[in-house]
Amino acid sequence: MYRSTHVPINRRSLLKLGLAAGGAALAARYSFAAPAASQSRFVFIIMRGALDGLSAVPPYADPDYARLRGELAIAAPSGTDGALALDGFFGLNPGLQFMHEAYGAHELLVLPAVATGYRERSHFDGQDVLENGMTQPHATQTGWLNRALTNLPSANRRGRESGVALAQNVPLVLLGSAEVASWSPSVLPDLDDDTMRRIADRYATDPLLARRLAEALATGSEQAEQASAPTMASEAAGGQAVQPVARSTAGRYTETVRTAAGFLRRDDGPAVAVFDTTGWDTHFNEGGAQGQLRTRLSVLDQSLRTLKETLGDVWPRTVVLLATEFGRTAAANGTRGTDHGTASAAFLLGGAVAGGRVLADWPGLSARALYQQRDLKPTLDLRSVMKSVLHDHLQISAGVLEHDVFPDSGTAPYIAGLLRSHEA
Amino acid sequence: MSLDYSSAVAANRFGLGAKPGELGVIGTDARGWLEAQLRGPAPVLPATGLRPSTDILGDAAAIRKQLQSQRRAAAGGAAAAGPGVSSAAGSSEALALVMRLPQFLRPIYIAEVQARLRNAVATERPWVERLVYFWSNHFAVSIDKQAVLGVAGSLEREAIRPHVLGNFRELLLAVEQHPAMLLYLDNQRSVGPNSVLAQRAARRERTLGLNENLAREILELHTLGVGAGYTQADVTSFAKVLTGWSLGGGDGAGPMQAGVTGQFLFRPQLHEPGAQTVFRRNYDQSDQAQGRAVLNDLALASPTARHIATKLARHFIADDPPPAAVARIAQAFERSGGDLPQVYRAVIACEQAWQTPLAKYKTPQDYLLSIYRGLQLPVADGPRSIAGFDVLGQRQFSPGSPAGWPDRSDDWDGASALMKRIEFADALAQRLGGARTVADLGPQLLGATYSDETRTSLQRAVTDGQALTLLLTAPEFLRR
Repeated sequence: MYRSTHVPINRRSLLKLGLAAGGAALAARYSFAAPAASQSRFVFIIMRGALDGLSAVPPYADPDYARLRGELAIAAPSGTDGALALDGFFGLNPGLQFMHEAYGAHELLVLPAVATGYRERSHFDGQDVLENGMTQPHATQTGWLNRALTNLPSANRRGRESGVALAQNVPLVLLGSAEVASWSPSVLPDLDDDTMRRIADRYATDPLLARRLAEALATGSEQAEQASAPTMASEAAGGQAVQPVARSTAGRYTETVRTAAGFLRRDDGPAVAVFDTTGWDTHFNEGGAQGQLRTRLSVLDQSLRTLKETLGDVWPRTVVLLATEFGRTAAANGTRGTDHGTASAAFLLGGAVAGGRVLADWPGLSARALYQQRDLKPTLDLRSVMKSVLHDHLQISAGVLEHDVFPDSGTAPYIAGLLRSHEA
Repeated sequence: MSLDYSSAVAANRFGLGAKPGELGVIGTDARGWLEAQLRGPAPVLPATGLRPSTDILGDAAAIRKQLQSQRRAAAGGAAAAGPGVSSAAGSSEALALVMRLPQFLRPIYIAEVQARLRNAVATERPWVERLVYFWSNHFAVSIDKQAVLGVAGSLEREAIRPHVLGNFRELLLAVEQHPAMLLYLDNQRSVGPNSVLAQRAARRERTLGLNENLAREILELHTLGVGAGYTQADVTSFAKVLTGWSLGGGDGAGPMQAGVTGQFLFRPQLHEPGAQTVFRRNYDQSDQAQGRAVLNDLALASPTARHIATKLARHFIADDPPPAAVARIAQAFERSGGDLPQVYRAVIACEQAWQTPLAKYKTPQDYLLSIYRGLQLPVADGPRSIAGFDVLGQRQFSPGSPAGWPDRSDDWDGASALMKRIEFADALAQRLGGARTVADLGPQLLGATYSDETRTSLQRAVTDGQALTLLLTAPEFLRR
């Protein structure tokens, strides 16, 4: 039962979203989930630092865009440095070659004006809200994804852990009562079993350490052969010169993505993987069609290609959500960069995504349309997107989503139709 | 039997981890031992050969200039040779060029981290040294921005160490005027929209303007703290106030070349003229005096006192510090006008800091420093001696954001991070082999927190190496 309204507004074929159905009972707006599409995989990539959505998804046809952006503006498709064409109004940053191919293959859904419920401009609080799924920072010590995993239906539960963080420590979004693993490559030799057993004995009376050690042993041994980590290993071994950003970051992301794919491909592996990308805080010398941000986007883009290749036959059952804590100012600042803003772009990528579309109730960039006269105004709540993925893809029930995962999210209704129809 | 944990708490929670013999020195007067460290000179690093930031930035600027002229020459040569002539040799030369700056900066970074580590191993004032680290993290810069790779260490040496036993106001001013902070948060190029320079640029149809980064992070992270009630308008006004806070020796022509390269310089032609309102107060001073006045007021504001008190209490008492302790420390801050030794005394005076030993999970930095101190490990030259920080997950001066490293247990107690510690401890113990007598090390390093379980586990170990692994991975050694 699709209740979100597909309204082709004009040739941009924007999908009109938002609060039109505000009074309706929330549960009624969920479409009925079909019998569990088993073995769905979900990857959440956090873009920490506040991605400049207007550069990642340039609205080159917006009449105010070029004026606001000056030398940061990315031109219309055509020419070597133009945007990659999407729908005649929006383009993709020229660094996002793979994403563009995915768009053509109907595997990328572009969300150009989204935000969480957070409306201040602190990175750290903004990331907290992005991960806690509430409207206020520090409102809870658990993450929305963990709360969802606590209620994961058995069809999507294969191994002991339902989620894995590709990080030494579990980020907030995965903290909570559901068991999750954390994994990052080790550069140190393995211990002998006897020493390990003695350590485990000693931790028996220390609940936290006992639990952490058990988690580490469970994920470590099985991953050891699957993930060779030469790039990170040599980097972590210290002593290497600081590489030009692109090279070392590319190595790290590729390694992370391969490892994530290794987990997700396993029969008894987790359904969900989370990892971070950083460096999006472009206050200075951001660049436009060329430059710093494009380089970083291109590095990320290459790792997404690797993710698809490595996931292989699991890709058709995969959804990747890429999101950031907030966007950046609509206008360039005084140092060829952008300052902290409000709405940004997010992406849904993967074989299970009903892609090839740009989803926006585009607010425009005129002075009157900007939030507080400075930022792109959000017209879609990220929690709506998250709800839709969790519901349609991981079969989390409407009740759980509204009460446990995203309490107080009445203003962020579930949207049907973001994923391919067999998903829901 | 009631155990006296105070010497172990003093050495391991307030200090950097006990050296052998330290607990004996502390004896029964743990507070007196801490108090004595607050008297005496600022904790400068012993002679290290480390260079001032101005020298480092001067040399870096010279290298950059050289690179530019070589690039220009190369581009000219390629054009003269005609299309299609660029060769493989050309690209390897280009790579060598690109690497020249990191090759200059990286050894400086390594030397800074080594000097700091050596000092931590040796110091007799580990509580003051921990306070240096606390402020260094409060005023964090991160070397993933190459601009600060060479000067992250000098920020600590030049701005923090001289003021760690002084007044917060002076500490704040020294940090915000240090080149590392100005570069890290992009202020050196922030231009007032109505400044002389912006107007001149506008006539040539170029736009110059504000960069809010430094202003925002001062309010949010360095002083008032998020949630103190300041607005976007305050951030913008404060950014205008700070326009002109820059560095000497620009690459442009004319007046931008003024000043000593890499040294703080107020540039009047970048400064936004006129009065500004920041956090409900009006500032009509001109030039640099305006920014100093705002910083002075911010330094002494009540929300700043609470913000700093909360962070200190979290660092020295518990992840969720008792409100009474926070209030007490904040009050000492306010009453003394930001006199830091009085603030630190209030921390020591909090009973709660002494009541629950091992309440804090060590960060990787804490963990590594306590191993180095406990075993009195030498710090060799060369990059390998500091690789432990990277392996354990806390590469020095690289928190990745101006918020610094987090300071709660669950930020650090991940499964993978624990495994790294175990593997690291074991690799070290294997390397040291039987060269250490581990038997008395436990009580020497852990005092009353040394548990019977760990004692038993060490006694049953089959080799000294294994015993050392078991000591360094014991629950009480992973916490402070």
